[in-house]
Amino acid sequence: MSIIDRRLNPGGKSLANRQRFIRRARALVRRAVHDASAGRSIKDAGKGGDVVIPADGVHEPTLRRSSQGGSRDYLLPGNKKFSEGDNIQRPQSGGGGRGGDPSGDGEGEDDFRFALTAEEFLDLFLEDLELPDMAKREVAGEANFEWRRAGYTTSGSPSALSVSRTMRQSMSRRIALRRPKPAEIAELEEKAAAFAEDDQGAEAKAARDALATAKRRAKLIPFIDPIDVRYRRLEANPRPSAQAVMFCLMDVSGSMNEHMKDLAKRFYTLLYLFLKKRYKRVEVVFIRHTHVAQEVDEETFFYSRETGGTVVSTVLEAMKTVIDERFPPDVWNIYAAQASDGDNTSSDNPKAAALLTEVILPLCQYFAYVEVGDDEDRHPAMMQEMPTSLWRTYARVGEAVEYMAMKKVRHRRDIYPVFRELFSRESIAALGGA
Amino acid sequence: MARKTTTSKGAAAKPKAKPRENAPAVESVASKKNAPAQKLVSTLTGDESNILFKGADWDFPLIDRIYRAVEDIGLNEMGMSIYPNQIEVITSEQMLDAYASTGMPLFYKHWSFGKEFARNEQAYRKGYQGLAYEIVINSDPCILYIMEENSATMQTLVLAHAGVGHNHFFKNNYVFKQWTDAEGILDYIAFAKSYLAKAEDKYGITEVERVIDAAHALQSHGVHRSPRKRMADLRTEQMREKQRRDHGEQLFNDLWRTVPKGKKADKSVVDADRRRAILGLPEENILYFLEKTAPRLLPWQREVLRIVRQIAQYFYPQRQTKMMNEGCATFTHHRIMNRLHEKGMLTDGAFLEFLHSHTSVVMQPNYDDPRYSGINPYALGFAMMQDIERICVNPTGEDRAALPAIAGNGDPYGTLREVWANYRDESCISQFMSPKLIRDFSLFRVSDDGDPSEDLRVDAIHDERGYARIRRALSRQYDISRRDPDIQVVDVDLVGDRKLMLQHRVLDGVMLASEDAQRVLQHLANLWGYPVVLTEISQNDESLAEHTADPFRPFGTV
Repeated sequence: MSIIDRRLNPGGKSLANRQRFIRRARALVRRAVHDASAGRSIKDAGKGGDVVIPADGVHEPTLRRSSQGGSRDYLLPGNKKFSEGDNIQRPQSGGGGRGGDPSGDGEGEDDFRFALTAEEFLDLFLEDLELPDMAKREVAGEANFEWRRAGYTTSGSPSALSVSRTMRQSMSRRIALRRPKPAEIAELEEKAAAFAEDDQGAEAKAARDALATAKRRAKLIPFIDPIDVRYRRLEANPRPSAQAVMFCLMDVSGSMNEHMKDLAKRFYTLLYLFLKKRYKRVEVVFIRHTHVAQEVDEETFFYSRETGGTVVSTVLEAMKTVIDERFPPDVWNIYAAQASDGDNTSSDNPKAAALLTEVILPLCQYFAYVEVGDDEDRHPAMMQEMPTSLWRTYARVGEAVEYMAMKKVRHRRDIYPVFRELFSRESIAALGGA
Repeated sequence: MARKTTTSKGAAAKPKAKPRENAPAVESVASKKNAPAQKLVSTLTGDESNILFKGADWDFPLIDRIYRAVEDIGLNEMGMSIYPNQIEVITSEQMLDAYASTGMPLFYKHWSFGKEFARNEQAYRKGYQGLAYEIVINSDPCILYIMEENSATMQTLVLAHAGVGHNHFFKNNYVFKQWTDAEGILDYIAFAKSYLAKAEDKYGITEVERVIDAAHALQSHGVHRSPRKRMADLRTEQMREKQRRDHGEQLFNDLWRTVPKGKKADKSVVDADRRRAILGLPEENILYFLEKTAPRLLPWQREVLRIVRQIAQYFYPQRQTKMMNEGCATFTHHRIMNRLHEKGMLTDGAFLEFLHSHTSVVMQPNYDDPRYSGINPYALGFAMMQDIERICVNPTGEDRAALPAIAGNGDPYGTLREVWANYRDESCISQFMSPKLIRDFSLFRVSDDGDPSEDLRVDAIHDERGYARIRRALSRQYDISRRDPDIQVVDVDLVGDRKLMLQHRVLDGVMLASEDAQRVLQHLANLWGYPVVLTEISQNDESLAEHTADPFRPFGTV
């Protein structure tokens, strides 16, 4: 008998099987994840949780006898009142005595419910999404390079000398040029020494000549020649910046109601989760604006009320200021998402357009404009065709710039599809090709 | 071999007691009968020097002491013989892992085990299902997993139950002896695991997964039901050859030469017979047939079929002896715990804790109880073993009439060892189910002739007229060859489209679950590479139904 403590063994032996199972049921799980995420509050969006998939999708068929039909015997314990020959009313389920079915094996066809970890949930949630142009377009500065080994070179600093490579070169050269080995010289020396010093016979002469030749060769053909020397080559590779800043810009003037803000918030949350998955470090900057813009914290951003006119250019200016102060574009990937109901003081439109084109867009990796609409008052079809003034302005700018995206969102359920549309692989690929 | 109700196959796992209110001890049929054994020998007043432990805590030296005490009773008093035990302490998380791989310490990877894991984990987290106290693996040495959460009393119980009870059954029962290779199984699984992992590297996970899926679907029909043929050695072969010749010489009669020969059999019939003989048909082990004869499979695919088949074969005995295996283990732990208590090695408190757990395990709910889910193998097994012991020691006139061979023979342990060695569930019930046991369980038989307009009929109850019928019916219920559909490969259309023909011989009019059958058949067609037809025929050879499948993405054509 031996007792072994296995408690310290690494757990998670089923992890691989679990991953296979999720991959197997991927389509089903993904649908379940999307359904589940629709009903979630924003704070929980990034957490794991239960998903339910139809059992049918992961059913394992076997050859078994049907649980219905045919003549059967049920052997049951606990008889209290029956005697032989009694009749029993057939149970409603039709399957006969319950549980007495020997072949059914209790194979429940219930829906299959299981828990996903936060990681798995997000993976499925953001599957097939791609960030446009992840690496900074212009990478500058010493800190953003990393040195990688890239073969060998014939020149370099002594510290980078590759001894093994040098010796390999030297050896092949020595073999090619037939430099005598020390052992061979020693052998020839022995042969020559076998003859007397003054022996002038042909054999003695030949031996001495051979020795002399060998010695001369050894002298002429160096053990290590400068042409043998190799150095390790390092190449500077631009390192993609692993940090991103996300600007949440929102119009908080009176015309934006709670519903619209909620839509915007949902969009920001998705973007945040997404960036968080792709970058080591993600900063979020909240800038709200009415006719003046102001950087605020998250609570204030979403929940405090503000009144005033609407001047969009102010928020772009504020964003520029924050970038200048804290987020140098050469080290930060800058993403911006602007939410608005589309109102803007008409005199401000040209200024906003100019700011966007000339200042903001060149700094950004991606600029998304989400126009949130009201769900309740459903506009008649004709009205929906009418773009808002800000939409028209941005549309003109956006035409020329491929990494700017614009979408309209009216309802909560649109958020995720719109988000997917913006970042789906296909649209990103199209963007790259443009 | 104890299993939880949810694990579909595999190694032994004893179910943890359900929540307390589910298991009132008074309802346990079995516990009523063992009243004499339960008399509490007070250890409080007596000598305390023997006591193994107090309280719930345990450590490794204590496990060692407990095991020695348990083993001593098992081997020396009950005369059992066991494989050496290897006790491994694991956490509940590792227990969940073990569930998912059919209890084995290592297993190949497949999504269905992940599914099993997800299902168990969910049930466990939600509190629908407790974890087993232990898992025991039929191997030499016998591997026994015990959970760290168990109290010292539970560890004692588990060591007695699995370490002695199951272990003895695995080592001695003829079905296991015939079918499983306890020494080799872990090595074989290690081989299977690495083989499949390599195949995945080489051919891709999805390709291998498809083959495993198909093999798993046919797993229940991938076992040899009759003992394998052992290769005869040269000496016996020569001996038999000589015997045959002697026999022929003795019977030689030249007259036979002059007897006119009958008409030759129809050529097509002879050809068909010959063809079937060459293919080894009919064959009920479908996986074996495919592995040996499927025309298009690649060698590695055949090996995958073989692996799945071998492992199914390893678990086959456990399906035939569930009730007995549990009965053996439960009887053993009950006896050992009682003896420990009598010897003053268990405190009264520990003994009561054991009794609580024991009674909830051997509880048999009545048919009209909401908790009823079939006959509890622990309850029936334990009651049978106790009953056999009673008949050996203290038989009534009725027992002498029903079981004359063992009644009053005075050697209960010897008789039980004999039973454990030479029977399986079905034969054990038909041999040893006494009238008293049938009365104790109040068993009755309801027959359903399948006609929905008719009522069900009670056609036997626990009375003089019904005993034999009930015994036969219960025995049949445990008969694995009646539970699994009888499906055989019967022929292959070699001149035509290579169609593979199978037959299901329908028993009692119960057909195959058709949706599942269709899906399995699809897997089968993919493996075979050509069309497949499965005919369901009645006992009079009438065709009742036909399922067909064409290969969709046959294997082997990469």
